[in-house]
Amino acid sequence: MNKDEYKEYVKRRAKRSASPKNCGFAFLIGGAICTLGQALHDLYMHLGIHEQDASTLVSISLITLAGLLTGLGVFDKLAKIAGAGTLVPITGFANAVVSPAMDTKSEGYIFGVGAKVFTIAGPVILYGLFSGVIYGIIYFLWG
Amino acid sequence: MIANYALAFLVGGAFCVIAQLLIDKTNMTPARILVLYVCSGVALTAIGLYEPLVDFAGSGATVPLTGFGYAIAKGVERAIDKSGALGIVTGGLSATAGGITVAICLGLIMSLIFSSKPKK
Amino acid sequence: MRNIIRLGASPRISSYYSVVGSSEHEGPLGDCFDHFSLDDKFEKDSWEKAESEMQRLAVAGALKRAGLRDTDIDLLLAGDLLNQCVGSSYGLVDFDIPYVGLYGACSTCALGLALASLLYNGGACKRCACVTSSHFCASERQFRFPLEYGGQRTPTSQWTVTGSGAFIVSGIGDVAVKEIVFGKSIDMGISDINNMGAAMAPACIDTIKRFFEESEHSVDDFDLILTGDLGYEGSKILKDLLLSEGIDIRKIHNDCGLMIYDRKKQDKHAGGSGCGCSASVLAGDIIKKLESRELKRVLFIGTGALMSPLTLYQGGSIPAVAHLIHLEVNDYDS
Repeated sequence: MNKDEYKEYVKRRAKRSASPKNCGFAFLIGGAICTLGQALHDLYMHLGIHEQDASTLVSISLITLAGLLTGLGVFDKLAKIAGAGTLVPITGFANAVVSPAMDTKSEGYIFGVGAKVFTIAGPVILYGLFSGVIYGIIYFLWG
Repeated sequence: MIANYALAFLVGGAFCVIAQLLIDKTNMTPARILVLYVCSGVALTAIGLYEPLVDFAGSGATVPLTGFGYAIAKGVERAIDKSGALGIVTGGLSATAGGITVAICLGLIMSLIFSSKPKK
Repeated sequence: MRNIIRLGASPRISSYYSVVGSSEHEGPLGDCFDHFSLDDKFEKDSWEKAESEMQRLAVAGALKRAGLRDTDIDLLLAGDLLNQCVGSSYGLVDFDIPYVGLYGACSTCALGLALASLLYNGGACKRCACVTSSHFCASERQFRFPLEYGGQRTPTSQWTVTGSGAFIVSGIGDVAVKEIVFGKSIDMGISDINNMGAAMAPACIDTIKRFFEESEHSVDDFDLILTGDLGYEGSKILKDLLLSEGIDIRKIHNDCGLMIYDRKKQDKHAGGSGCGCSASVLAGDIIKKLESRELKRVLFIGTGALMSPLTLYQGGSIPAVAHLIHLEVNDYDS
């Protein structure tokens, strides 16, 4: 059996079918987080906050909630069930920032927490902003 | 009112299912999915598809990470409209400053208070 | 003699000691281990220090069981999964024994035992100690994600064992090391960190085939063919592919990664892995069964996935190695 045949053999064995259970939980929990976001949004609007600020406040609220749950050691247990349901909403971003920070405090607050807080969030911020800049150039020239 | 919540639930849930399928069917790591979602959000906003979705589904479109991309793209647009070319580089981060600042500061605070616990 | 190294002087495993964490204690072999801690930090302030503490406890325990002091040991061979083998180097500073750090990923337990046996056999050492360890939390941090990171594991992924096992090899004891086969570094192109069993199985197959090609023994002469940490997926690949080559080990094969956890009750996916996996199972269970003659002749094949996050990011695949040792109770003459 050569390399390619073996890779094919392993791939065939470990072939994963889309799990309806995973997708179901992702849908339910992800949907629930977005609905919570909508409820918070309506609440902030009701309090007379401007539309755009209300959106930012929703993000901040969900990030704070997810960050706290990460700190309390609950988030990873929820995410094990929810999968993409907690990853894709802004909660996944918060967890990706808080979890490496907590993990690296044994290496100190500069090279540990300070640097590693961006391990997973760094790429998200970089490529998000970079695509924003590209869009900005296009928008500025032809918008 | 109820319809708004239902739409947020359905559209937000759908974004998550797409990512779950990517995780289950391909070997895409979660970090790649987050990057893909943010960049897709920017791209979809650029071609004018995402804003109608936000109007339609509210938080169902803004809470998923694609909404983070949407916020960046809209921020860039607004900044350019207001201050010209400078907006290309100031718009994205200004629009998302709140979320990013809270997240990283919370990271520091959580690391001061809590330690990672072993998994079972 | 390119494959099998036969040890005429019959080095023995004179002492052994196993240390495990809480999940391993809750597993099916829970009562076999000599020492367990429900606190996976072993009262230290970092996971890395906890791993070092396990090695210290394991070596101290093995010395005590043999009634020896550290100065009675000629050489200490130790290894773990952490970068620069810090689990071993920090954990063993208290011992007044010349120290050699080894790296063979999860095969290090077999590697250490093989080298210790050779050193005894060649007359270089009268008594050698070997110890290996792994810690779930320290490995997870180094190789995968932060502990509190919310992610799902795939069914083929394995769970790094929190544990350590130490052995003393000398001329005294009931369990002899008869033969050794060192493995080759074999890379069959698997790059999925969540399917290490598949990455390691080809190396294991190669080593087992080379053993039986040259050995006077056949599969039926053994009571147990024990692989280190192929887990569920890797074990199945091993058995299927060996069968297709005419070597049927299905009846007598077991895997330390499958023995240490209850896959039904404990959420450990494809089973355990890590340097501490085979070391703790061997020291906690297998050696004791050999001493009681419940087992008489055992092939132990330590399997190691020699992967580094760096080369994986560079698009590389995972090479693996498998070292074999043939263990036998010393009055076995059938």
